[in-house]
Amino acid sequence: MTGDLIQFALMGKYIGAGLATMGLGGAGIGVGTIAGNFLSGALRNPSAAPGQMANLFVGIAFAEALGIFSFLIALLLMFAV
Amino acid sequence: MADEAGGLVIDPMHQFQIHPLFGEGPLTWYTPTNQTLWLGITVVVISILMLIGSAPRKVIPGRTQSITELLYTFIHDMVEEVTGHEGAKFFPYLMVLFTFIVTSNLLGLIPGSFAPTSHIAVTAVLALMVFLTVTLVGFYKKGIGFLGMFWVSSAPLVLRPILALIELISYFVRPLSHSIRLGGNIMAGHAVMKVFAGFAGVMGLASIVPIAAIAAIYGLELLVAVVQAYVFTILTCVYLRDAVGEAHH
Amino acid sequence: MSTTETVAGAAGEASQKGMPQLNFATWPNQVFWLLVALVIIYIVLTKIAMPRIASVLAEREGRISGDLAAAEELKSKAKAAEKAYNLALEQARVEAGKIILATKAEIQKDLNAAMADADAQISAKAAESEKRIAEIRAGAVQAVSEVARETAGALVVALGGTADDAAIEAAVAARLKG
Repeated sequence: MTGDLIQFALMGKYIGAGLATMGLGGAGIGVGTIAGNFLSGALRNPSAAPGQMANLFVGIAFAEALGIFSFLIALLLMFAV
Repeated sequence: MADEAGGLVIDPMHQFQIHPLFGEGPLTWYTPTNQTLWLGITVVVISILMLIGSAPRKVIPGRTQSITELLYTFIHDMVEEVTGHEGAKFFPYLMVLFTFIVTSNLLGLIPGSFAPTSHIAVTAVLALMVFLTVTLVGFYKKGIGFLGMFWVSSAPLVLRPILALIELISYFVRPLSHSIRLGGNIMAGHAVMKVFAGFAGVMGLASIVPIAAIAAIYGLELLVAVVQAYVFTILTCVYLRDAVGEAHH
Repeated sequence: MSTTETVAGAAGEASQKGMPQLNFATWPNQVFWLLVALVIIYIVLTKIAMPRIASVLAEREGRISGDLAAAEELKSKAKAAEKAYNLALEQARVEAGKIILATKAEIQKDLNAAMADADAQISAKAAESEKRIAEIRAGAVQAVSEVARETAGALVVALGGTADDAAIEAAVAARLKG
């Protein structure tokens, strides 16, 4: 009986971890949006593009951080809970 | 390791184990561990590169000298560009951060090595150092006016308290995101490679597929190792600009 | 963590399950060695490497800007030289024009003087010649009258008369006038 309960808890844990990884999709969308918009802007005005590389990376970093949070939640569910 | 047990048992977290370097025993605060070893290798590599690279002092640089000068001017330009002239005195600090992170990231990609930056403890210390520096420098430079950063004067008056709360929360989330971003990226890359390596161990001849995938991910991880070091440094610059620069809202 | 411990048996007890990152027992150790590493890197960079690189970069900067300044200076010197050359050329041209004019004037003057001289000499010579001609003419007239007188005297004597000098002379003079 307790073994069943543990199996059940394990199932919940793995399902939760899998669900948490979906947050990474959001980060992917965000990073893609930033990079795509940067590229379209850079193609319109290529001479201004090198000066904005820092902003590009900062934007990507901010968007990615939120995805990394969900990755962290997944890891915590997998290994720490 | 994990595949010794037979079947598909992958333990991607095993590579991050910290164990004493010499023998067994409890881990005290000064015990040299495998992480200590790789921190030491990082220090040695940086020292050798920097000392050999800066020794010739030639007007027309050789290869090693070019690397160090490239590193130097890259960080110097970044600091000047992002934090302005005021922030230039933090340049040595950022130089240490960048060289340490990029070297340890890249050394961590050597098969069988250990990446200190994949540990939250390491990145948390780095991020907390940045957080404390920014906060202390901000209060030292601007006094109580540093709090004006949270009071967005361009917003309507009704929204300002709410914005202030959001800004305050985001300010305190900074060290968390700052550290998790670096540690998480490195950890994730290593863990993914380990997972693919686990596949390769049990797939027989078809393991060429995961091995090719490992090669591709390895290339990506090389990029990530440099980009994350760059991002960590440039975010530090951005945070420092809040502390030393003029308001930029 | 308690669930982890019970599940850990599946993968063998050799590998501790869970995230090593969240094993807080290792944190003091990690933090300590990290700080040691950072301090060493900081000392190596700020005390040795960075001043060296900064001095090399400054030297190169100085060298490049010095070279650029020198090149600029040389360029301006070349420009000045060209300007001076052009100026000199222009001056020389003007000078040459002046010299040509002066020479022309000089030559003209000399020519005029020589012409005047020649004119004077020619006129002097002409006057002298005229005088000589007049003299010769006068001499000739006299000689003719002499010859005429003598001839007349001789004729008169030959014809048996007596020669009266005064009368002969008057007659010759009258004839010559004639």
